[in-house]
Amino acid sequence: METTEVLKNTDATQILEINFGPQHPSTHGVFRMTVQLDGEKICGLKPVFGYLHRNHEQIAENLPYAAIMPYTDRLDYVNALANNFGYALTIEKLAGFEVPERAEYIRVIMAELARIVNHITVIGFMLNDLGAFFTPLLYAFRERERILDLFEEITGSRLMNNYFRFGGVKRDLTNENLAAIQKIVSKFPAFLKEFEALLTKNEILCMRCQNIGILSGETATNAGITGPVLRASGVNYDIRKVDGYSIYNRFDFKIPLGEKGDVYDRFYVRVLEIRESLKILEQALTKIPQGEIINKKSLPLLKMPRNFKPPVGEAYGRVESPKGELGFYVVSDGTPQPWRYHVRAPSLINLTVLEEMCLGQKIADAIIILGSIDIVLGETDR
Amino acid sequence: MTKILEFIDSIFVAAKAWILCLLGHFLPAWIVVLVSITISGVVILCLGPVIMMYLTLLERKLIGRIQNRYGPNRVGIWGLLQPIADGIKMFTKEDIVPANADKVIHLLAPIAIVVPALMIFLVVPFGKGMTTVNLNIGLLYFIAVSSITILPIFMGSWASRNKYSLLGGMRTAAQMISYEIPMTLAVVPAIMMSQSLATNAIVLAQAGGHGLNWFIFTPWGIVGFIIFFLCATAECNRPPFDLPEAESELVAGFHTEYSGMKFALFYMAEYMNAFTLCGIAATLFLGGWQGPFLPSWLWFFGKTFILICVMIWFRGTFPRFRVDHLMAFAWKFLLPLTLINILLTALWQFTSNLAAWCGSILVLGISLWTLVKLNRTFVPEKRHYPLES
Amino acid sequence: MNIFGSGVFQGMMVTLKNFLTSYFRKPDEGGIFTVQYPEEREKAIENFRNFPFLVYDGSPEQIRCVACGICERECPPKCIHIEMALDVVGKPARKPTVFDIDYGLCMNCGICEEVCPFDSIFMDHAFEVTAPERQISLVRPKKALLKSNEYFQKIRPTLAAVIDQKRKTAEEKKKAAIQPPATSESK
Repeated sequence: METTEVLKNTDATQILEINFGPQHPSTHGVFRMTVQLDGEKICGLKPVFGYLHRNHEQIAENLPYAAIMPYTDRLDYVNALANNFGYALTIEKLAGFEVPERAEYIRVIMAELARIVNHITVIGFMLNDLGAFFTPLLYAFRERERILDLFEEITGSRLMNNYFRFGGVKRDLTNENLAAIQKIVSKFPAFLKEFEALLTKNEILCMRCQNIGILSGETATNAGITGPVLRASGVNYDIRKVDGYSIYNRFDFKIPLGEKGDVYDRFYVRVLEIRESLKILEQALTKIPQGEIINKKSLPLLKMPRNFKPPVGEAYGRVESPKGELGFYVVSDGTPQPWRYHVRAPSLINLTVLEEMCLGQKIADAIIILGSIDIVLGETDR
Repeated sequence: MTKILEFIDSIFVAAKAWILCLLGHFLPAWIVVLVSITISGVVILCLGPVIMMYLTLLERKLIGRIQNRYGPNRVGIWGLLQPIADGIKMFTKEDIVPANADKVIHLLAPIAIVVPALMIFLVVPFGKGMTTVNLNIGLLYFIAVSSITILPIFMGSWASRNKYSLLGGMRTAAQMISYEIPMTLAVVPAIMMSQSLATNAIVLAQAGGHGLNWFIFTPWGIVGFIIFFLCATAECNRPPFDLPEAESELVAGFHTEYSGMKFALFYMAEYMNAFTLCGIAATLFLGGWQGPFLPSWLWFFGKTFILICVMIWFRGTFPRFRVDHLMAFAWKFLLPLTLINILLTALWQFTSNLAAWCGSILVLGISLWTLVKLNRTFVPEKRHYPLES
Repeated sequence: MNIFGSGVFQGMMVTLKNFLTSYFRKPDEGGIFTVQYPEEREKAIENFRNFPFLVYDGSPEQIRCVACGICERECPPKCIHIEMALDVVGKPARKPTVFDIDYGLCMNCGICEEVCPFDSIFMDHAFEVTAPERQISLVRPKKALLKSNEYFQKIRPTLAAVIDQKRKTAEEKKKAAIQPPATSESK
């Protein structure tokens, strides 16, 4: 009896509680998690967010519909174009605007470029979390820079694009722009090859990533996880295929699926998704027709945003943002401002399974699991 | 011609001897001895920090190039004054001590860490006759002193009263003690073959044969060298073994709570350790200061800097290990390999012909294969990614 | 089967290649892609937009802005403040006396440029905006915002050409519209 008690006492180690963040080099912003550590092992983890809460939804409810567009850029600032896309789609649904053919193609091209930008950035930052000293990140940034320069040329800004309009886009693509995109698309596979040679077979990376943070497909679907995180768990769900919004059903592309749902799968699924995006771009660039870039009906709206009053009703528009299902829910009461405006942010919802993935892993794994979920705090906290 | 070369070769030794002779004319012998010690000491005390300063610059430049950018190039030509600017910045920074820290130990740790780093310089043979103290147990001294480094790091991490620091300190202790063992055992073959613990004698044992007598040109030598080099990387907490400071996990690990000059001292110790460990690696396996044409000290520095560049190359390429993988790598992989290596070296004493070459390669290959098979966690899984529509 | 350690080696070869190519390749082909900023500058991109400025024709008195206040109303973060000038009689003079833009608030969205019916506010290229503090000194008054049409033509030639053409035809139309009554009066 006594011996067991003694054993118990010596065995009882104290739990160390650590606050990761909000000021920490690898929490991707001001995210905080309270981690309970038993040695290096995680026995409890609580994500805490809200440090970057900027009142996005409330601000939007006091603004005319068109003026919300630049605010959506600030949600997920790594790929602002996907947010623009989602919001424009919602309002088009609400007001019943048609989008001209050429504008649809331009939208798809821009959204896929944004996806590529997002994925290479995420992979780069994930490697940084793994401890690689900026090399993969800077290689990724080198390529990203080319695409961002293009964005600057087309949309006027590198990150805060504010490019989509209800019923079209703001500015047309010139032939030079198309040629520049073509050049990027044709050069990208060479970069991907180099990137993969640097990373995918690296034994240290495989050791760190494989069988870490496993998320089963069932848990993922139950928790409402979307995007590459869900697909890495082997669930075939991509809104581009499911909804076929915009003109995605015209393109021939595949959905890469993961095998185990661990960090490595999430990493590699993203690499494969870049390849599929390149395929879409390739097709879109050959097929893009001439024509209008914005619906005639919504043209006056550009000059007088405050006069735009969509009919009473509600709409939910969703796109496959690089992070998952990005949805905008807007209720209109016939006034120039939305009565209710809500964002379904994939970053936030994907974060909910963080604890489940991290329990029992080492502290270093928690960082890369967080990195592999791919959160942007601007979107999580809104 | 050869005379000029010899003169350049021994220029530092000759200069010191000349000064001592000059003083010997009018000073008692014991003062001359004191002056001799002082000269060596001052040279080392200057050499260490200067090497450290320019290693940081070299590292930043090389990593910059690896990442397709210029390194620092604003301060002075090619950024050559950058380390001095950094030094001034470090000196003028506020020294912050956490309120709850153990102030004495917090202060002592950065001072204590520089001492062993400087002490190792004593046994490094910089050139022909340029070993500061030619100890007959030089290697033993090196191993003993280099393992002291753990203590100040742990002192610093404990005294900071910071959880990140504490975790970093714990990792350091575990990591450095573990890697000490394969490192020591990797050195053993070199000692066995040269039959001496003195660093100078080990260099001399690799003489002749137009450089082909370097220990690295034997099967046990190359294995020993690789293991020693990996362990050295781990010993001075360089990536991919930089767990104690693990920037992305532990903020800055054991020196999270240090700022200003104290922080700089930790850095200094790290870089000086990197230099001395590379120097010792060059001494043990790459023939030390031996080499044709060029003066011996140039050979030594050249070899050392190539090894340091490899360390920097590692840093530019690899992600970090995880703590359990790191330990497993030391205990389950490197340790058995060093033991096999010692066995091979013992056999090499008797035969060193072609058959021995083939035999040892075979043995090493088999043992490597077996170890990889036994350590399945290290082997990447093959994954298949279905593309569905 | 892959030899254990080959992945690590492969990665090292990639970094070595990049290290070497950084010395003798062009930025596009794997060389150094840094732009040494104050000395070198990237090629100005025409569509690039930053903070807004006001255009005048000829002299600063001939400001295009008529203080209609549309941009003030449509600006999402409400960073524009306009007060209309009054002439001697006290009637609105269709000119701003006060036109402040708070650069600290402005988010470079370009909506003011889009909504302006008089082509008077445009997005600038100047991005080197600094201030000693973030409240008062970032509020730019009218004087600081006024820039000539020549400057606008220089930074955004394509858009300026379109707008100049538009204004020219509008003016001609106006003249043509004024002239008929004049001729009819003379008759």
